Amino acid sequence: MRAEGIFIAVEVEDGAGADAALAAKLTEVCPVDIFAVAGSGELELVGKNIDECVLCRLCLDVAPEGAVTIIKRYDNDSQL
Amino acid sequence: MRFYEYEAREIVRRAGIPVTEFGFATTPEEAKAAAEKIDGPSVVKSQVLSGGRMKAGGVQFADTPDEAAAHTADVLKIEIGGQMPRGVLVDTKAEVEQEYYAGVVWDGTAKRPVIIFSPVGGIDIEQVAEEQPGKVGRRQISNLLPLTGFEAKEVIASTGVTGSELNKLVPIVTKLAQLFIANDMTLAEINPIGRLPDGSFIALDAHMEMENEARGRHKKLLAELGVGDDETREAREPTPFELAGEAVDSEDHRGVAGNVTEFDGNLGLVIGAGGGSLTLFDAVRAHGGKPANYCEIGGNPSVSKTCGLAKLVLQKPGVDKIAVMMSIVSNTRVDIVARGVIKACLELGMDPTEKIAIFRIPGAWEKQGFLILDAYGVEYADRSVSMHEAARRAVEKIGAGS
Repeated sequence: MRAEGIFIAVEVEDGAGADAALAAKLTEVCPVDIFAVAGSGELELVGKNIDECVLCRLCLDVAPEGAVTIIKRYDNDSQL
Repeated sequence: MRFYEYEAREIVRRAGIPVTEFGFATTPEEAKAAAEKIDGPSVVKSQVLSGGRMKAGGVQFADTPDEAAAHTADVLKIEIGGQMPRGVLVDTKAEVEQEYYAGVVWDGTAKRPVIIFSPVGGIDIEQVAEEQPGKVGRRQISNLLPLTGFEAKEVIASTGVTGSELNKLVPIVTKLAQLFIANDMTLAEINPIGRLPDGSFIALDAHMEMENEARGRHKKLLAELGVGDDETREAREPTPFELAGEAVDSEDHRGVAGNVTEFDGNLGLVIGAGGGSLTLFDAVRAHGGKPANYCEIGGNPSVSKTCGLAKLVLQKPGVDKIAVMMSIVSNTRVDIVARGVIKACLELGMDPTEKIAIFRIPGAWEKQGFLILDAYGVEYADRSVSMHEAARRAVEKIGAGS
């Protein structure tokens, strides 16, 4: 899944998004509430908060490598 | 925050400075009871946070309690300076031989209180200073060290007051300065102090203003005086634009993006950082610019909060461009503010290149911030450009100033 703001885009691998434990972890660590747990337990991206990303890398630290990608759209789509 | 006269008089009384017998009344009946306590001629004074009471008919003299009640009924109906009176002060009509002035005011440049005294009271001290400069004494005092009587004595004596008068005035002026410091006032003024026929001195009128930020430290006093938490006590009511600024600031707990004051210029300001707002506002004016507003951002507001403030300023009628400026920031992220102001432009269908006259915020995360500004073609300045120069460039870009 992918959600885009004006400055930031967030991509999550489909498999990772379905992982309820990872969804809970991501929701817990993100300081600006980009991640949420849907009723089904799956991961949800909160569109209105995408541009609030503070580039803290906490989501990258708790997720398996490559499961979550933070993209800086203002910097030629470079990845965090 | 301004106090009504009846509150200021109570503060003066509590400080141990002699005051005339007085009472506060909101009805003619209460005024009559207050006048009966005075047991003699009285003065009925409208209680508004505005000058011009005498001229508007808000000050009336009464010989009897019934007359005081009748005057109160009239005075309560008179609007003065756009305000209806909160009530009336029923005061003793004192026989005075001479009137004096004593005040303590905060000197923002020296960052110390200043005692001001004059043996010419009852009129504006500014007028005395202009017409009889030798009759106005001044002295800065410490707001940390305990105040001693000699400081007040020096000020009073410098105006030519001597002998018994000097000795009697020293404790009054000293107590006034002490109450100024103890209550975090920005202005404490007794005008006039009256010398009565028996040679004693008494406070006949008082004007007090407390630093707004200090209200929390004086909750007990304010509660005892009946000042509500929701009373702004500002010189005027906030405008819809200013209320909208408050709403932006309160919708998100992160950082500050508010404290908006409306002006009628064409350059919108998104400014802040530990006094930077004041410096930048003054700098814009010094270069001939006309600010559309004052505001403060700091403490790392969220993108949405910064965006909300920038949208408010951008949509203000008459605003051609905005200048986004702060001093060097450490607790606010440059990239977050950059995102906020650019987002505001884009969501309003405006071109950031056109609308943002200058972005001058160096500091934390500036590299990311400058990348964002580069991506949208917004002119920015780093810390090698002073705040004054940034203000000059903003004014130049909007086509105003020298």
